[in-house]
Amino acid sequence: MNNGTTNVLIVGVGGQGVLLASEILTEVAKNMGLDAKKSEVHGMSQRGGIVTSHVRFGKKVSSPLIPAGEADAILAFELAEGLRWVGQLGKDGVMIVNTQEIIPVITTTGKFSYPENIQEKISQLAGSPIFIDAFEIATKLGNFRLVNTILLGVLSKSLALDEKKWLEVIERMAPKGTGELNRKAFLEGRKYE
Amino acid sequence: MEMLLSGNQALARGIYEYGGEFASAYPGTPSTEILETIARFFKDDVYAEWAINEKVALEVAVGASYGGARSLAAMKHVGLNVAADPFMTLSYTGVNAGLIIVSADDPSLHSSQNEQDNRFYGKFASIPVLEPSTSQEAKDFVKHAFEISEEFDTPVLIRVTTRICHSKGLVTIGERKTVDRGGFEPNIEKYVMVPAYATKRHKLVIERLEKLKDYAEKSKLNQIEWNDKKVGIVTGSVAYQYAKEAMPDASILKLGIGFPLPMKKIKSFASEVDQLFVVEELEGFYEEMIAAEGIEVEGKKYFSNFLELNIDCVREGFVNAGVLDSSVLKTLPKTESVLPRPPVLCSGCPHRGLMVSLKKLGVYTTGDIGCYTLGGLPPLSQIHTCLCMGASIGHAFGIEKAGKTAKKAVALLGDSTFLHSGITGLASAVFNKSRITVVIADNKITAMTGGQDNPATLKTLMGEKTKPVDLVKLCESLGVEHVRTIDPYDLDATYSVLKEEVEREDVSVVITTRPCMLFPSKIRDIPYRVVTETCIACGACFRVGCPSISAAPETNEKGKHKSLIDTNTCTGCTICAQVCPTGAIVKVES
Repeated sequence: MNNGTTNVLIVGVGGQGVLLASEILTEVAKNMGLDAKKSEVHGMSQRGGIVTSHVRFGKKVSSPLIPAGEADAILAFELAEGLRWVGQLGKDGVMIVNTQEIIPVITTTGKFSYPENIQEKISQLAGSPIFIDAFEIATKLGNFRLVNTILLGVLSKSLALDEKKWLEVIERMAPKGTGELNRKAFLEGRKYE
Repeated sequence: MEMLLSGNQALARGIYEYGGEFASAYPGTPSTEILETIARFFKDDVYAEWAINEKVALEVAVGASYGGARSLAAMKHVGLNVAADPFMTLSYTGVNAGLIIVSADDPSLHSSQNEQDNRFYGKFASIPVLEPSTSQEAKDFVKHAFEISEEFDTPVLIRVTTRICHSKGLVTIGERKTVDRGGFEPNIEKYVMVPAYATKRHKLVIERLEKLKDYAEKSKLNQIEWNDKKVGIVTGSVAYQYAKEAMPDASILKLGIGFPLPMKKIKSFASEVDQLFVVEELEGFYEEMIAAEGIEVEGKKYFSNFLELNIDCVREGFVNAGVLDSSVLKTLPKTESVLPRPPVLCSGCPHRGLMVSLKKLGVYTTGDIGCYTLGGLPPLSQIHTCLCMGASIGHAFGIEKAGKTAKKAVALLGDSTFLHSGITGLASAVFNKSRITVVIADNKITAMTGGQDNPATLKTLMGEKTKPVDLVKLCESLGVEHVRTIDPYDLDATYSVLKEEVEREDVSVVITTRPCMLFPSKIRDIPYRVVTETCIACGACFRVGCPSISAAPETNEKGKHKSLIDTNTCTGCTICAQVCPTGAIVKVES
């Protein structure tokens, strides 16, 4: 935390639901009566590219972008993306990584390969990161699209935002008819150890 | 009430609240959501449309302003190049009802072909420029822009950047208020720009600029935040947010009006601080004007004109200038460089079959602005030029006429791009007896910007059914005698038609018929899978560059990886199955 501003960096790959997750987090912060900003870049990133979303909230937020190395929490939707961004984590920051792997087309050229031993490498840089197979939990709950809500549940434990506000926003912003399921997914993530 | 809005949504909200009645645009990142928001939430009060290009968008908005409606023309930065012709002389005619042009610049080229700084257009045309620094200001500045426009009889340029357009912040919501400016009243000396009248109008423009300078001196849009006077910072737009966070103790003159500058205010601010800096994104636009007044100032020496700014590079600039302690600079831990993820054509994209066929033909492809440009990256590598909207046709024709290139060049552009700026190029090529082949990748949508309708599709932005342009008839009417349509999912047919047309000693047009698989709705067929035992790891399917195909853990006897298809994302387009020499790619059994 920097001058009372909380910085959350959410990263992943186009199509994973990073933008909806950051939208929900920002809305929850707003409903707590805080100033909140969120910034990301749309466009080319949607076509399988890297997606990053900066969310900042507190009494008064100026820059929409988080300064380098000052993230209070990083939520990575994809394993290698966790490794890519772990350096942005601030002192005592919380690192949460979904262990799902998305292998880009570029590996088929043989010029690049997907990194190995990623969990070990992240652990060396991030204190005690939380790894979670959210894809598996989502599948067990009945829908693999619940990954982002489960991950928000994990993230919610390290942020000072009310559970009630989280659930209100999630139920309102979830696709029609999936409110209850998303509520369950969020709570599943929230109790993850 | 407060809402979380992006800069684009806030601009749309401003158009609604401050009595806007007309909005026209051509989609372009990062500006697209302005019109989409108007059409989605405010269409009962504000008419919104996609124009065929930015020039037309501005011309109809000008007409609407002359006709008494507060109006908006929105575009990305390079769109204003297309609209520059009406823009420059519009400065002379002025307006009737308030007229706003939004230019959404893209520092860092997140989704653009250059990072031009469109504040210069304001100075170029003597048109005032407003620069919001938050979503709230994006909404508020619409009010000021309409008022300035009507008071000074001038269009107003609101210049935003990607970080303003696509960042969300809290915005206070208000009620809609309208104004009555009457209808169109003929005024030959004001609206008919022949030399005799335009000369008089130019004189008025020069006088108007002086009045606008006075306005800028007094306006609350340019505000001083006094603090410690060792360092004074002149800044605006999102750069203000970075400067404020990087130098919380400095005094700041925040410019809401980026042109013309309040030079007296700046002089007096400069005289009260020990050292004056300008923090601005892209070019040294303020800095040059301030320095030209003989005021001692530093800017671009410390804050680059390359790429967008952020807190880190602003802090670094102030450290290098010796006014900030270097302890603020963080050394990030060394992390392993992770593989890149360049954007690629989607799984099932109809452009893929076209790219594969053009590659097999061994031609050069002069490309254009749209998703197909993604086919320029490996492994497809089949786009050889990309400059601006519509340029593909001129490029292919020019290479042919230059006569020094053995390989043929085929022009490739999408339906929306063809309508935007390709028709004129094609007519010119026919007229000048070219022999080029033009491929129109007609996916029936403007895809790259997120799926907007265009004049070749079936409905307007207001959701009404409309009469689409018939691309085949259009090309025929331009004098193209050989217009063929192809299904790009059929590789053999696509290849043979392209081959025939490329060999033809006459202009020809080939139009693809498959819709985008993402917009207006996702298209999925039964997915395909790889039979690992049959796969010989030849890599043929890798070379179609599909994001659903990756290297399998299994290898052949030489250690080469076999292929694997992600059946969750495969759309069943069959391109990979068609290139597979051993029939190892088969439909998933239902």
